[in-house]
Amino acid sequence: MTKVTIGRQSTATEDVPLGQGIEVAHQGEANAASLPVVFTVKDLSAFYGDFRAVRDVTLDVRQHQITAFIGPSGCGKTTVLRCFNRMNDLIPGARTEGTLEYHGVPLYGADVDPVEVRRRIGMVFQKPNPFPKSIYDNVTYGPKLFGTRKRAELEEVVETSLRKAALWDEVKDRLKESAMGLSGGQQQRLCIARAIATNPEVVLMDEPCSALDPIATARIEDLMQEIKTEFTIVIVTHNMQQAARVSDSTAFFSTEVNPESDRRTGVLVEFDKTETIFSNPSDERTENYITGRFG
Amino acid sequence: MAFSTIGSSGEAAIHGSVADALRGRRRSDTRGWAFEIGLLASLLICLLILGALILTVVTDGMPVYSDRGWEFLDGGLSSIADRAGISQGIVGSFWIAVCVVVVAIPIGVGSAIYLEEYAPRTKLTSFIELNIRNLAGVPSVVYGLLGLAIFVNTFHGFSGADGIERSTLAAAGVTLAVLVLPIVIITTAEAIRAVPQALREGAYGVGATRWEVIRSQVLPYAAPGIFTGSLLSIARAIGEAAPLIVIGAVTGFFSAGEGLNAQNVTDPSHLSERFVALPSIVTTWAKQPDEEFKVSNAAATIIAMLVFVLLINSIAIVLRNRFEKKRSS
Repeated sequence: MTKVTIGRQSTATEDVPLGQGIEVAHQGEANAASLPVVFTVKDLSAFYGDFRAVRDVTLDVRQHQITAFIGPSGCGKTTVLRCFNRMNDLIPGARTEGTLEYHGVPLYGADVDPVEVRRRIGMVFQKPNPFPKSIYDNVTYGPKLFGTRKRAELEEVVETSLRKAALWDEVKDRLKESAMGLSGGQQQRLCIARAIATNPEVVLMDEPCSALDPIATARIEDLMQEIKTEFTIVIVTHNMQQAARVSDSTAFFSTEVNPESDRRTGVLVEFDKTETIFSNPSDERTENYITGRFG
Repeated sequence: MAFSTIGSSGEAAIHGSVADALRGRRRSDTRGWAFEIGLLASLLICLLILGALILTVVTDGMPVYSDRGWEFLDGGLSSIADRAGISQGIVGSFWIAVCVVVVAIPIGVGSAIYLEEYAPRTKLTSFIELNIRNLAGVPSVVYGLLGLAIFVNTFHGFSGADGIERSTLAAAGVTLAVLVLPIVIITTAEAIRAVPQALREGAYGVGATRWEVIRSQVLPYAAPGIFTGSLLSIARAIGEAAPLIVIGAVTGFFSAGEGLNAQNVTDPSHLSERFVALPSIVTTWAKQPDEEFKVSNAAATIIAMLVFVLLINSIAIVLRNRFEKKRSS
């Protein structure tokens, strides 16, 4: 697997490790700028009613890359992620301002159908949320919605999706059993299988490992590396080491307090290739965060 | 203990004081004790009342069944106590239950799904929800007046006859359906509200439409609650006497009906006729001076009604358990 990194602000800086023991897995070699852009985000703000949850987000997400959003709680990283497949539409009063384009199409355009968006941009949630149905029915849920009815095709989808999610060997003999009987890590891998069964282009992951133990986390991280050849992944994580281990580029979010209203608004501090963020960040706030002085 | 730095005598002293503290010269917990006794007393009073109620009804009513058996269920109303039976009441209560199933449950479940899943969360919506809750608390006799004014007088009891007031079984059934409508809406809405948001998001996340999410996730998950609420609303409807009397249930005696057989009970022509139901028979008979009516026959009718209601409740419990097992296994 060729590991590529993104370099939007590719000012050639020497890599000076900050020495806090975070290893960056990806050594930038190829020019990631040549990869097609999937999401173009420019000056994006997200609101809940009158409250601006996050402002001025500008970044590009490129194909077959893992883009990580890190930052302290309440910095708006999940909000931004949930804008990417219009999941925030489910929250009354949620809206956006600014540019959010998916392959050049404004996602919040008047004629864009959020259901179509979610068919192309799948999502894995913080807490494993399998449906209270069989493992088989969980994986086939999406494909059945899109009209796949033939038994052989569905069985094929189940096997390939579960194999990609590294769950096949554990569950192949009990596909008809309830998904609720699986362990937390298995449930989360099942949710990944469910998300990729419809063959989306992008998989959004909202802290997918926060409810899992280290072994299950490691399995999911390995799995992300394997499936990124087929999917574009955007992951929100609280865990800086995880971002450093898995991602190609990293966006660091922080919060600012509005002195008038005393409310906190999230803001994108810095977006760069993961290597740069963790070894030579250009913003002092990023450096403070990743060296553990704050957050 | 090798790492102990204090002498063994000091250690023993600490052990002793800890042991004393743990074994506890317990603080006298009078209030807690009094509270528990109070709670237990409330429970016992409830059980006592319930037990007395059942005991009276059974001792008064059972002789009727042991003497007359099937004949009591099969017979029609009569002014002669040991000929009177409750077959018309059973027919009436059966059709009232049918009206609730046909009218109240679809409309109530539909309204609840709309309110919870589609209606925008505005002040108007919460106002409507508040009013539905209030409606559930309106005395049943008021619904009787509504039924009298609208279903009996304006719609002539759905009999198709013009210009006449018609106190038909259909009018009674629809009135009781309206009476339990708020209950169906509230229980359904609560069942839907209990569906985890994560489940909805999971379905939306793979590209389901709102309708698909509701059909494949929300309704199956909420089904046990919806079933239980619906069956309890049926039980409530067949226990109501006051609205039936306001609407015009027969309160006197009229002569024998055709008796009970499957065809007779399920014949829908009853809907356009005058009616009685089990609870209205109880009120009528309980007013009679004749002991045999007032005590024995009324109690025997209550037993029939209790069996009817218990039957519905146990169906509710069985169905709920089955659904819940399906949901969690």
